[in-house]
Amino acid sequence: MQKHVIDPKSVPGWGIDADPQNDPTYPMKPNRTDVEQQGYTWERPTQQPADVEVLHSIERPNLSAVFGTASPPVGLSGMIRRWAFRWSENEYNHWLPLILADRVNVVEGIIEDIAHGKFPNIWKEKGYNASWKHDRTGLVLRLAAFTAVAGGLVLWLSADGGKKKAKRQKHYRGAYYEE
Amino acid sequence: MLAMDYRGPKRVRAVQKPMPEIKHPEDAIVKVTRSCICGSDLHLYNGNVPDTRVGTTFGHEFIGEVVEVGSEVTKLKVGDMVLVPFNIACGRCSFCQQGLFGNCHESNPMATAVGGIFGYSHTAGGFHGGQAEYVRVPYANFGPTVIPEGMDPDDAVLLTDVVPTGYQAAEMAGIQPGDTVVVFGAGPVGIMAARCAWLFGAGRVIVLDHVDYRLEFVKHYAPAEVYNFKTDMQDPVLFLKKQTDWLGADCVIDAVGAEAAGDVLQTITGRKLLVQAGSATAVHWAINSVKKGGIVSIVGVYGPTDNLVPIGNVLNKGLTLRANQASVKRLLPRLIEHVQNGVIRPKELITHRIPLEEVADGYRLFSDKLDNCIKPVLVMDSAR
Repeated sequence: MQKHVIDPKSVPGWGIDADPQNDPTYPMKPNRTDVEQQGYTWERPTQQPADVEVLHSIERPNLSAVFGTASPPVGLSGMIRRWAFRWSENEYNHWLPLILADRVNVVEGIIEDIAHGKFPNIWKEKGYNASWKHDRTGLVLRLAAFTAVAGGLVLWLSADGGKKKAKRQKHYRGAYYEE
Repeated sequence: MLAMDYRGPKRVRAVQKPMPEIKHPEDAIVKVTRSCICGSDLHLYNGNVPDTRVGTTFGHEFIGEVVEVGSEVTKLKVGDMVLVPFNIACGRCSFCQQGLFGNCHESNPMATAVGGIFGYSHTAGGFHGGQAEYVRVPYANFGPTVIPEGMDPDDAVLLTDVVPTGYQAAEMAGIQPGDTVVVFGAGPVGIMAARCAWLFGAGRVIVLDHVDYRLEFVKHYAPAEVYNFKTDMQDPVLFLKKQTDWLGADCVIDAVGAEAAGDVLQTITGRKLLVQAGSATAVHWAINSVKKGGIVSIVGVYGPTDNLVPIGNVLNKGLTLRANQASVKRLLPRLIEHVQNGVIRPKELITHRIPLEEVADGYRLFSDKLDNCIKPVLVMDSAR
């Protein structure tokens, strides 16, 4: 722990933007106007044409004058997103499906890569070159832990599968003998 | 053109993408020369922001040269070097008219709670960002600002977000001369908030984080008293009470947001299981460590759903919560002045320069705080 007392007046620029009016009663809107009282009446900028599918919040009546056209909704993730946009931003039915759609979209991305004859370079995409250079031990430990968990899971599932298979065979044998 | 490409949580790459096009008469196309990776990009990188679609380019802190303008652009011309505020604002809606340029109503159809932001998911408008060789910039008559003659490009690129966000954090804290200001988080925005707290007349500035090299940096840069909440104390709130005559700090700034460490329950529910909109540890501590009647200023970014915060204490202590995305365009004139006069020295925050081709390594470096990284900037081929 370090106590490091600083004389405020020794700090360059101390107090040059001090504003005694800025207390909790002071409005944060720098320009107080009544324009919001007039509702959605301002002169709108030219509307950008929608040349791709754009989902918009149902908490507004229209598209904003400009919008992004990155990654329009496609595939299964797109279907989930379209469903999510039937609900307002106030609803979990809006946000939780969007998170699900994001995860589905990741799988779609991998399939798309493979369909284009390109297998994703996970090592490079995860930036492991940087980890290898600056935190080799941490990376090795992380990968070892992942391998151990994944390997353990595979072993457990295969052992469990074996047990189930044996149980099934026993059941069939029992059925045969009973006949 | 070469551009960053999001493929899923903690997976990004640089790929060739089509050149951006003018989609609206007030658009400009900017050839990017520098583009930072921001702490809030890590929320996207970690997959914590809903509607972050595969194939999107991130990046909301960038500068560059105007190479094309739409038919209604009158205030910029081809060849201008511009810094582009991270928020996209029309300048005409009722929110923009009140100076709330981070809350524009004409730049994001996908959500009404936030205005458009470059490269920040479809929840923030679905725009491709500036971690690319070229980017489409809407409302070019209003947002982009010509970089003043002689200004260092490294200073200019940090004026697009880090400096205004840190400054507005201090502004929203309502600092009165002599106040004790606590800043949670010693990332680039926390560092800048601590520095700017002095400009508003703070009497004492305390920064808490758990990364020693960042605390060491802010200790000299701001300057500030610094403490590591993992090694210097058991309970940050109790510690801060003891540091402030048992009353609490006058103003507390949350400059951390959704990726906060320090509380197991918050970390598991907010960062691992995603059952809340990120880990709310910093804002939780802020509410509990500010004095009665004090102000909590929030610039740390959280997701759009819910968080576990002690709202009952906000009521019982009579607190004021102030929060917003920085209104960059409003603050720029004053901040340019501060940079030109040497009052704020943004470029000192930049620790790493990374070619766009190695963007994945940049994200990993920043996310895992490797190699004493404070602020990485992607430098495009044309600017090297």
